[in-house]
Amino acid sequence: MKDTDIKRLLYAHLLCIFSIILSIFIPSFFLENFSILETHLTWLCICSVFVTAVNLVLYLVVKPNASSKRSSLSYKVTRFLKCCIYFLMSCFFFHVIFVLYGAPLIELVLETFLFAVILSTFTTVPCLCLLGPNIKAWLRVFSRNGVTSIWENSLQITTISSFIGTWLGAFPIPLDWERPWQVWPISCTLGATFGYVAGLVISPLWIYWNRKQLTYKNK
Amino acid sequence: MRLRSGTFAACCVVIEVLGVALFLRGFFPTPVRSSSRTEHQAEPPAPEPSAGASSNWTKLPPPLFRKVVIMLIDGLRDDFVFGSKGVKFMPYTTYLVEKGASHSFVAEAKLPTVTMPRIKALMTGSLPGFIDVVRNLNSPAVLEDNVITQAEAAGKRIIFYGDETWVKLFPRHFVEYDGTTSFFVSDYTEVDDNVTRHLDKVLKRGDWDVLILHYLGLDHIGHVSGPSSPLIGHKLREMDSILMKIHTSLLSEERETLVPNLLVLCGDHGMSETGGHGASSVEELNTALILISSAFERKPGDIRRPKHVQQTDLAATLAIGLGLPIPGNSVGSLLFPTVEGRPVREQLRFLHLNAVQLSKLLQENVPSYTKEPGFEQFKMSERLHGNWIRLYLEENNSEVLFNLGAKVRRQYLDALRTLSLSLSRQVAQYDIYSMLVGTVMVLEVLALLLLSIPQALSSKAELEVPLWSPAFSLLFYLMFLVLSALHVIVCTSAESSCYFCGLSWLTAGGVMALISALLCAVVSALAKMFAAGKFLSKNPAHPKARWSELDVLILLGTMGHVLSLGASSFIEEEHQTWYFLINTLCLALCHEIYRNCFLRDDCEPQQCSHVEEGFVSTAPALQDRSIHCNMLEPHRVSKDPTSLDTLRGCEKWMVLASPWVILTCCRLLRSLNQTGVQWAHRPDLGHWLTSSDHKAALSLLAALSLIVIFALVQRRCSLTSKIAMALGLLGVYCYRAAIGNVLFPWQQDSKDISKGVIEARFVHVFVLGILFTGTKDLLKSQVIAADFTIKTVGLWEIYSGLVLLAALLFRPHNLPVLVFSLFIQTVMTQFIWKPLRHDAAEITIMHYWFGQAFFYFQGNSNNIATVDVSAGFVGLDTYMEVPAMFLTAFATFAGPVLWASHLVSFLSSETSRWHQHNKEETLACCL
Repeated sequence: MKDTDIKRLLYAHLLCIFSIILSIFIPSFFLENFSILETHLTWLCICSVFVTAVNLVLYLVVKPNASSKRSSLSYKVTRFLKCCIYFLMSCFFFHVIFVLYGAPLIELVLETFLFAVILSTFTTVPCLCLLGPNIKAWLRVFSRNGVTSIWENSLQITTISSFIGTWLGAFPIPLDWERPWQVWPISCTLGATFGYVAGLVISPLWIYWNRKQLTYKNK
Repeated sequence: MRLRSGTFAACCVVIEVLGVALFLRGFFPTPVRSSSRTEHQAEPPAPEPSAGASSNWTKLPPPLFRKVVIMLIDGLRDDFVFGSKGVKFMPYTTYLVEKGASHSFVAEAKLPTVTMPRIKALMTGSLPGFIDVVRNLNSPAVLEDNVITQAEAAGKRIIFYGDETWVKLFPRHFVEYDGTTSFFVSDYTEVDDNVTRHLDKVLKRGDWDVLILHYLGLDHIGHVSGPSSPLIGHKLREMDSILMKIHTSLLSEERETLVPNLLVLCGDHGMSETGGHGASSVEELNTALILISSAFERKPGDIRRPKHVQQTDLAATLAIGLGLPIPGNSVGSLLFPTVEGRPVREQLRFLHLNAVQLSKLLQENVPSYTKEPGFEQFKMSERLHGNWIRLYLEENNSEVLFNLGAKVRRQYLDALRTLSLSLSRQVAQYDIYSMLVGTVMVLEVLALLLLSIPQALSSKAELEVPLWSPAFSLLFYLMFLVLSALHVIVCTSAESSCYFCGLSWLTAGGVMALISALLCAVVSALAKMFAAGKFLSKNPAHPKARWSELDVLILLGTMGHVLSLGASSFIEEEHQTWYFLINTLCLALCHEIYRNCFLRDDCEPQQCSHVEEGFVSTAPALQDRSIHCNMLEPHRVSKDPTSLDTLRGCEKWMVLASPWVILTCCRLLRSLNQTGVQWAHRPDLGHWLTSSDHKAALSLLAALSLIVIFALVQRRCSLTSKIAMALGLLGVYCYRAAIGNVLFPWQQDSKDISKGVIEARFVHVFVLGILFTGTKDLLKSQVIAADFTIKTVGLWEIYSGLVLLAALLFRPHNLPVLVFSLFIQTVMTQFIWKPLRHDAAEITIMHYWFGQAFFYFQGNSNNIATVDVSAGFVGLDTYMEVPAMFLTAFATFAGPVLWASHLVSFLSSETSRWHQHNKEETLACCL
């Protein structure tokens, strides 16, 4: 049971990584002079759309939390709308945090906001898919000893590694290397992407490694 | 020997300071100096050497040029003239370089590539040491021997237009000057027009000998838009036309007087690819240097490539060109092409003068100078020179004379090069031995400190320092002997001067004994710890210390900051690291608060049971070596893990909002002062406020800030200090109004600006009064033991006295920094540290982080130029060294100092609260 679960998790994560790789290569067939660094904002949009789509598809196909009982259409619609609102809110929330961290307030608003969008895609969208718009559950997952399944465990790992990637991505900015990727917010978005991918790779391996020690409380 | 933790820490700090001082003494070697600093006029110039026969040429040779014009263009990189840009934008200069009567060089500047030290280097020929910066805090005037002083003493009339740094460096040397400030970097036309407008008049006049022009525009363009900006081209073209104007005017004058003039075009430093300067990239170091004079005749096919020379060579060349003695501290060698056209006897005379000056400098700075190759070469060429003179005076065969002359010249040039090189190396040479001794001391103390942390922070706050037992051990004596032997060997074989060897034998022996004793102490502490570790590992119930996320963040952040200092960019932009870290800290605190608030029921039982279990098992096993290292810990264990639920609704909301409030404050402060290097030129609120148009806003802000400061500080003061504080803050505003920074509402224009000495002294009196009250309370609490409340009040009063002093010294636009500092301290104390029960170590490190961040919020940076020296003159009529140094240091480090004193007062108040709590509990038990 557990091994099959881990396998499913691994495939799902590989699909996510694949979507990110696709987002790098596919647009170059349709758009002229597309490159990650030069047309960074376009890539951000495309990448975030791809990752969101893959996450939604995975959610519908794999159905990790089988607890969803029969529910009416209106419930589903309100749930979906709520999710959208949560996503937007998280985008604005991240934007505010970036400004607090020192991003320019007036200049480069679009860049900062798209950065917030991509970080939300890496963190909020999986949370919304898995946990739904339920703040309490989120807080539970992101505190010590709060996870109840391997899906939640992997969610915890990918989210935290995305944040750490973003955080570390800010460090090259003050260096005087004069590289094109040191421009705000490219290094941070790349850091977030690398962190997300690293989280996707690490979490199945880590769970597999520790499968003996991991015991989840059943609700 | 048993020591209290405090005493132990104080001893460690003292030894650490000694070690660091020794290290710094070795790291910043004293610059090469000639001892005859003032009596240079009295010294007669070296006579021409002669072997036997009498030479009557003992005076200085006459000047080569009648007039000298120095056109210094700030930031003139070599490729701006010699590269493609020069060909494109500076046609006249390119023509002169390629075909005209000129010599062109690429002059290499030394560090730091900043204008002021570079001007000094150009005019004195010496290499300013880093220690000069500290020595010359007060008087920026150049006291060393230099070309300008020599020229003035020789009766030359010098006119200067341009950067006012020159006027500060040479205050009474110019018969006429017009300084422009280089403060407004964004202005690049006015600064240069201000120089050029005098040019027409001055060039027509004949009443000057030296004209110095310093153009700032190019450097400003570099700072604003970089070296590839199109503005650079315009500016170079403008400079080219100015050069042409000066040159044609000089040429037309020469036609009348028939004596050659000299025009020098040079840069002080280069420009990096980003447009800045100060560091050591090739673009910053290489500057253009062109000497133009009709004396430098050139045959048609003569191609002269720009040679690489040192910037310091210009001083010696100028001195010889003007017929002055070469500055005593100059390490440069004469640019020989400039005298190539003169007769051989004069050439040799010039070379001899320069070599004598350099060898004298070498004699004074290197003890074993006779072994230096340059000195030997010089002696040999001097002998040959004497022979040549004799032949010359005997009017010998011209071919022999010519050959010998060429040989002497070659030898002199070699000697000059070697001498100059070994002198510059002297400056760049570290005193490795002193540095090593200092490092060893610092590292040993650090090791001892780290090893004794668990013991020192235990509840007894006492520790055993194994200092006496090793004093009689074999290891100590062995170490002492070995070190002494090493010392003797190093000092007798050292060829360059070494500070530590210069100390008396007794002092050196004392230091050696200290080092060996410390080593023994470290070894025995290590041994003890291993024994204890073995004992512990046998004990299976050893609890694993549980680290919260916050602890991990604090530890990693502090270590990461230390590691980041390995990159020079992170030193330049250190403020970014600190802002980043405190933001992350606030978010981590936010996470902790929210988890504690919303998820208490989930994690409480586990945590509680875990902590209790750990405590119970530790207590018997570790009698003297407690894991619970600090005094607040038992307090935390004895009660429930958090007390958030005891808070009332309103207060709970405050707790939840507090991290966001702090984050917002930090963001506001961040945009108040831009600092660092890369983004320092960005517009910020501070500049907006200080501009004269916004004086009303600044006044309002200052008044508001002072009121808020009073409101935040007065809470825990006694009544007298409250009144003193209020009057003091009022005085601060009066002082700022008196010196014209702010306005009173009834005052329409600031017409009478005074130095505000009376107002400032008024505030000083209150500061001293409050500090005195605080100290009195502290002493009282020492005498009447066990009264913690008096101690707390005393510490708070000292803290508020420091706040008042900071309010006086801070510039008005920086007063919000003080306000926010106090505000954040209040919020943190009230809503984060007390409810969340952080332990003393965490609180200490948080204070440290915030203190560092506030150092940068004040607008400081790691660049010494950002130190606000004006704070040293507050309340002083004239410059007085000790108070001025103290006030400047306090104003600079106000942020860290205020946070540190807040830490002391906060910890003391927590302890007193804990004592009171305990007392109540024992009372309750008894009842």
